[in-house]
Amino acid sequence: MSALLEISIVAAYMLVALGVGAVAYRVTDRTAEDYYLAGRGLGTGVLLFTTFATLLSAFTFFGGPNTAFSAGPEWILVMGLMDGVLFGLLWYLLGYRQWLLGRAHGYVTLGEMLGDRFGSKTLRGLVAGVSIFWLFPYVMLQQVGAGTALEALTNGTVPYWAGAGFITLFMIAYVVLSGMRGVAWTDTLQGVFMLSMVWLAFAWIASALAAEPGGIGAAMPTEFRALGGGVYSLQWMLSQAIGIAFGVTMFPQVNQRFFVGKSEKVLKRTFALWPVLVVLLFVPAFLLGSWAQGVGLAMPDGGNILPVLLAEYTPGWFAALVVAGALAAMMSSSDSMLLSGASYFTRDLYRPFVNADASEGYENKLGRIGVVVFASATFVASLFTPGTLVSIGETAFGGFAQLALPVGVALYWRNTTRSGMLAGVGGSQLFYLVTVFGPTVYVGGVPVFADAYWGWLPSVVGMAIGLVLTVGVSAVTAQATSEDTSVYFEAAD
Amino acid sequence: MPSRSALGWGIVFVVLVALAIPWFLWNDASMVAGLPVWVWWHVGWMVVTAAAFAAFARRDWGTFAGVAK
Repeated sequence: MSALLEISIVAAYMLVALGVGAVAYRVTDRTAEDYYLAGRGLGTGVLLFTTFATLLSAFTFFGGPNTAFSAGPEWILVMGLMDGVLFGLLWYLLGYRQWLLGRAHGYVTLGEMLGDRFGSKTLRGLVAGVSIFWLFPYVMLQQVGAGTALEALTNGTVPYWAGAGFITLFMIAYVVLSGMRGVAWTDTLQGVFMLSMVWLAFAWIASALAAEPGGIGAAMPTEFRALGGGVYSLQWMLSQAIGIAFGVTMFPQVNQRFFVGKSEKVLKRTFALWPVLVVLLFVPAFLLGSWAQGVGLAMPDGGNILPVLLAEYTPGWFAALVVAGALAAMMSSSDSMLLSGASYFTRDLYRPFVNADASEGYENKLGRIGVVVFASATFVASLFTPGTLVSIGETAFGGFAQLALPVGVALYWRNTTRSGMLAGVGGSQLFYLVTVFGPTVYVGGVPVFADAYWGWLPSVVGMAIGLVLTVGVSAVTAQATSEDTSVYFEAAD
Repeated sequence: MPSRSALGWGIVFVVLVALAIPWFLWNDASMVAGLPVWVWWHVGWMVVTAAAFAAFARRDWGTFAGVAK
């Protein structure tokens, strides 16, 4: 199998995506709303796939099957609860409400929406700062994944730095060109491509296994058949599902998608289609991982199980296509993150704190410069992958999850105050950061800062602390005169 | 005072969440058509969830997040 063929497949695929970006550029006008939010005009198919493709990252192809390979396929159930049920409900409870408010008041970012009601530049900056803190290393990890995957696919012909750099340049090109519309369209292409690749791989391998004695049942390792066991305790599964589902809603690239639906009908249809998409993608992807264990394959050092399984059962060109699918997954997450990161930076940090008088045209240019700077910085970081950044990236979902409940309270409870929000957002972040980076502290056998609280993870415990702080502090403080509760509860119709 | 539809859908959503992980099948290792039985539960439950979400979106979309029109 020549590296040339593999590189050509990946390159051909990227050219198609770039073409889509160029078409999107031609229909995008030069306003922030159009650049960041595609003029709030996405239809069901595009919104569904762009959000889904954005959610997925490389986990579906690599991390997920790896987990199913080493610990069993129960992660399927975690995904079902997380993305099928909880994210669907949050899509409605947080997303629909944000959509209504965004439409009524023209919000482009979460920080903007909160800053407006609570009359607080500090809150706006805090939310943006916290978001960029967790987002930056997460983008870096995607670039690391892309570099590693290309290096493995070409047996080292394309070195790590070149692979990661190439992907970065490519993303910069179409994100700078076409903004949200280009990202959403390429995401749709990438999402459909991923889904097809997973099913082709599944059908191919399942039929090969079915032809062997014992059928596909024999490929499921005996120790994986029973529900639970090993790392899978009920608290652990629930913590993961809850922490990640809430975290996802506050990831800038997902949260911003709450603003982009064309109509209520689009939001309704997307809402009902979540669980369907979850079954279609994760069940086959994770079963493949467990089957690889059952047929006795070995995980390569620092590598991934899915390419090994494909190499065993399918021809090389097909494995290259699947790796292109995985790259698609990484890019469709990273491109959106770059765009959202840039919008948080320009709208919630630069504009309010540095240059309040920036003109629309200047901001438009600045947003694109922001994309280039953000992407280049994460690329440089990916060459060194400092340990601290890796741990921040790996705990990013938990970090974002801390924002969800204070935001939910603000969206639904009239008596929320600015002090309550600052306490809830700041306090929960502080707690979570200490559990991730600080020392483990027990007082009288009770965990204060630890990896687990009676089986529950710190992300979920921090969420509870954030909720209590937001509600508690709001209850004992009064709203400042600069707060304007009516923007959430009266104008939005 | 929550409306009847809010109460009804609230219960439906809680049940959808509560049974997404079939804890009553914990440690059950039976296989159906080559896959663990709980994988089939998952597939079925996602279909049920999608149907419930669709019905909610069609009939009572404004129940919780809506604003008075």
